[in-house]
Amino acid sequence: MAKGRFGIHGGQYIPETLMNEVIRLEEAYEYFKKEPAFNRELDDLLKNYAGRPSLLYYAEKMTKDLGGAKIYLKREDLNHTGSHKINNVLGQVLMAKKMGKTRVIAETGAGQHGVACATAAALLGLECEIFMGKEDTDRQALNVYRMRLLGAKVHPVTTGTMTLKDAVNETMREWTNRVADTHYVLGSVMGPHPFPTIVRDFQSVISKEARQQILEREGKLPAAVLACVGGGSNSMGMFYHFIEDKQVRLIGCEAAGKGIDTKLHAATIAKGSLGVFHGMKSYFCQDEYGQIAPVYSISAGLDYPGIGPEHANLHDTGRAQYVPVTDEEAVQAFEYLARTEGIICAIESAHAVAYARKLAPTLSREDSMIICLSGRGDKDVAAIARYRGENISE
Amino acid sequence: MNRIEKAFAEKKAFVAFLTAGDPSLKATEEYILEMEKAGADLIEIGIPFSDPIAEGPVIQEADLRALSGGVTTDQIFSMVERVRKKTDIALVFMTYLNPVFHYGYERFFARCQEVGIDGIIIPDLPFEEKAEADQISSRYGVTLISMIAPTSQERIARIAKEAKGFLYVVSSMGVTGMRSEIKTDLDQILEQIRAVTDIPAAVGFGIHTPEQAKKIAGKADGVIVGSALVKLIAQYRDRAHAQIAAYVRQMKDAVNAAEK
Repeated sequence: MAKGRFGIHGGQYIPETLMNEVIRLEEAYEYFKKEPAFNRELDDLLKNYAGRPSLLYYAEKMTKDLGGAKIYLKREDLNHTGSHKINNVLGQVLMAKKMGKTRVIAETGAGQHGVACATAAALLGLECEIFMGKEDTDRQALNVYRMRLLGAKVHPVTTGTMTLKDAVNETMREWTNRVADTHYVLGSVMGPHPFPTIVRDFQSVISKEARQQILEREGKLPAAVLACVGGGSNSMGMFYHFIEDKQVRLIGCEAAGKGIDTKLHAATIAKGSLGVFHGMKSYFCQDEYGQIAPVYSISAGLDYPGIGPEHANLHDTGRAQYVPVTDEEAVQAFEYLARTEGIICAIESAHAVAYARKLAPTLSREDSMIICLSGRGDKDVAAIARYRGENISE
Repeated sequence: MNRIEKAFAEKKAFVAFLTAGDPSLKATEEYILEMEKAGADLIEIGIPFSDPIAEGPVIQEADLRALSGGVTTDQIFSMVERVRKKTDIALVFMTYLNPVFHYGYERFFARCQEVGIDGIIIPDLPFEEKAEADQISSRYGVTLISMIAPTSQERIARIAKEAKGFLYVVSSMGVTGMRSEIKTDLDQILEQIRAVTDIPAAVGFGIHTPEQAKKIAGKADGVIVGSALVKLIAQYRDRAHAQIAAYVRQMKDAVNAAEK
């Protein structure tokens, strides 16, 4: 029977050429996750290279301004390379090296996963090639150059919509082409089993720390935790250790682009339907014939037509709630956080900040909530300026 | 004997692929008949998908052309219904799981049976996941074709034992597309297949010259050609009849010339 199910979602819907490799990967992961030496090495990298644990910062000015629950920010933006992506990448690249792989490949949307992957590959001495939609190499030119500085080769993908989904297609094609010495460092909690589980486990360090930190600060659990959702890796990491705490609301913020009543959005839960794509059964934005729909968001990292299978199941069971947030709301939240707390966050994370601004005033001052600030916003500054009608050079 | 069995009966089969709706469904219908006349034994009809992850650039572009021309699964079924009235050749769909899953397995395979589709190849539906579709497709007499890849190793026996219709042996790593050389040790793979099953094994991915076809047909029960035909269609659009006929005839002759 098929493995890696979350309710009806998940599975391994991939070409036969890759089946033995994902089976080997699962075996390797089952071995290494319990191996003390691997875990020591990974812990050391997370602490002394990535800068973990990340801070849980009390956003006092924002709290006072909104007049409701106490707002805490889980500062994944302060990690080395500037986002939560490094958590997963250090785990996967270290494991790939121990599996005897000499080369890693990866897709990237905003470029944060690509940069993290190139970083880990440089550190651990593996060859690295990144596939990035042509559209995204244009809107995230800075990150493309960062990857090249780190020694990675960046392939602009010119097929399809030239964004994240096409980057995943192309990375999968490359993996079927050369699998023996190559590991595919999938960047989100998606794809065929065992990737959704591996990525979730490596990202779950976020909620493991945050749960302990909030208990130390507040003496009780938060009323809600919020994170943005594209494929869903930072949100899955942020939710994971709170899943059993039924009183904690888990809220994923999807990219609604120009609005979910337009065609220009990437709101998979709000507007998608059940399907099978990129190796997994889950929810996808698609047309009546099962053709994957072109999606849109101002945020390259959320511009993806699907969602990880564990999220799909959290939605089915009602354990997590998913809300759409528009470009405009996200940009306003991006500006708001900069002015209020002096923090320029990633436009992806700003989707969660935007919903927090609506939610906080409805909650009691005795309560707290945590927003996962998944990345920093340097990469987005030029695009936000453009959005506001100003043209600045990067 | 069903139509797929007939395609492989007492001969080596030449299997031709084309993408439905590229450049139009009218052309697809004509090309299927043209391929049959020129000697093809089985036709694979591609239902285009927005994100065909197992295809190289040639078939990716054909899918895109067909979809931007507005072709839908329902129109493809109607086209097959028309073509089935004119030919008894084995017709097999080749597509990705989502267009089938989203259409609904029951509805999709019932319609396949109605219009006269004999089988289906779904590259992103591996052995471990096939039950969900297979239970329903077999109820409607549609054969779900299994694939074997150069990396399959110990999986070969397991897959071959449960295989139906014919086995699609992927000749090379990577995606579909013309290759100058097939490096995989096909002898060993075919030997492992024949140790457990009598159903025919056809080899595809990369084959485009008569020399390659002859060589492969010497080992396997059939040769599958896709990208080379799709490229002719891309070049000659809706006037590719003569080119398709000449190419298929040449390839079928090469297959026939293989030593038994």
